[in-house]
Amino acid sequence: MNKELAKQIQEIAGVNPRKCMKCGKCTATCPAFDVMEYHPHQFVDMVEKGKVEELMNSKGIWTCLSCMACIERCPRSVEPARVIEAVRVAVARQQGMDHLKPEQIPALLDEELPQQAITSAFRKYRK
Amino acid sequence: MIMSYFPGCTLKTKGKELDTYGRKAAEALGFTLEELPDWQCCGAVYPMAKDEIATKLSSVRALVAARDLGQDLVTLCSACHHVIKRVNGDMKNDPNMQLKANNYMGLDVPYTGETNVLHYLEVLRDRIGFDVLKEKVVKPLTGRKIAAYYGCMLLRPSKEMQMDNPENPTIMEDFIRAIGAEPVIYAMRNECCGGYVTLENKDFAAKKASAIMDNAKNQGADCVITACPLCMYNLKENGGSDLPVYYFTQLLAEALGVD
Repeated sequence: MNKELAKQIQEIAGVNPRKCMKCGKCTATCPAFDVMEYHPHQFVDMVEKGKVEELMNSKGIWTCLSCMACIERCPRSVEPARVIEAVRVAVARQQGMDHLKPEQIPALLDEELPQQAITSAFRKYRK
Repeated sequence: MIMSYFPGCTLKTKGKELDTYGRKAAEALGFTLEELPDWQCCGAVYPMAKDEIATKLSSVRALVAARDLGQDLVTLCSACHHVIKRVNGDMKNDPNMQLKANNYMGLDVPYTGETNVLHYLEVLRDRIGFDVLKEKVVKPLTGRKIAAYYGCMLLRPSKEMQMDNPENPTIMEDFIRAIGAEPVIYAMRNECCGGYVTLENKDFAAKKASAIMDNAKNQGADCVITACPLCMYNLKENGGSDLPVYYFTQLLAEALGVD
C-alpha cells in the first residue's frame, strides 16, 4: 500500500475516488472490461485504498480505449477513465517506462493506417 | 461566411477524402474553410491528466490564431474536434491551465477560451441549417439506407462536447435525411470501435469493429458513415464486413453534385 503515490494519482486524475458508490455502471459499460485484469470500478477502489503499485504493473491500463463511456455514465462524477489515465501517466513519466517506443513503430505500420493511429498511440503511451 | 479551419495530420494524408469533399461541399453551401496558417498537430488524444500543459499548447495556438482572425474554428476530424474543444474548455474554466499557458506563450492579449469551436456537422446544423441543406441538394440519395457511426469523440463527455444527446444523438441522422437518404438506427452507433489499440492489439480492435459493422448490417444498412479517420480505418480494415464505410463529406458532396 502506498498512500503517497495514491494521493499523487488522485491529484493527476483530478477526481475523488471516495465519491464512488460502487454501482458498477462503469464496468458494465466498458467495451474493454473483459480484457482487463482489473475492471474500472475496481480501479477506483484500488486507488482509494492505496493499492496503486498493482495497478501500475497491470497490463489492463494499456487496454482502456479512452472511449469516455465510463466518464459519461458515472452517476457520481468519479470518472474512472481519468483515474486509469493518471495511473498510465504515472508509469510513463518514469525514466525509460514509455509503453510505446519510436523504434517499435515501423513494424506496426500498414498501407492504410492513418497518421492519427500513430499520433494517438504515441500521445497515450509515452511521455 | 469564412471560418478558420484546422485540418489535422490525417486529413492531409490518409484521410484526404474527408477534407477534399468537405471543402467542396462548403463552397457549394456558401461558406469557406480557411486553413489556419502554421497549424500544428493536436496530438489526437486529449490529455486527461490534470497537470498536463505542454501537450495542450498546439491546440491553444490554433484557438488563439482563430480568435485573432475573428473567426470560428472548424474541424472535420472527430479527434481534432474533441481535443481542441476540450482544451478550449480548460482555457475557459481551469485557472491553472489558463495561467500557465498564458505565462508560457506570452501573448499580446491573453487567451481565455473565447473562440467558438465547431465541428463541420454543427456548422451544417446550426449555421447553415439542415432545411437549407435539403434545398441545396441536387442529387438526393433517395433509397439509400445509411447507418451513422458516431463513435466516442464527437459526443463524450457531453458536458464538455455539447454536440448532441450522448445516448440518443440525432445530428447525423438529421444530416442523412437532409441529403435525401434514410437513416438506420442501430444500438452500437455510439459505442467505441476500439481503434486506439489497433497498433498493439489488432485482434481486440477487430472484435469491437466487427460488432459495430454486424449490428449496422443486421439493421438493414447499405453503408456506414463516420467523421473519424481512425474509426474509418478500423471499421473498414478490421471490421470484416462487406458494408462500405464512407466519410460523411463524401455523401454530402455527392448529394450536392460536387463530387
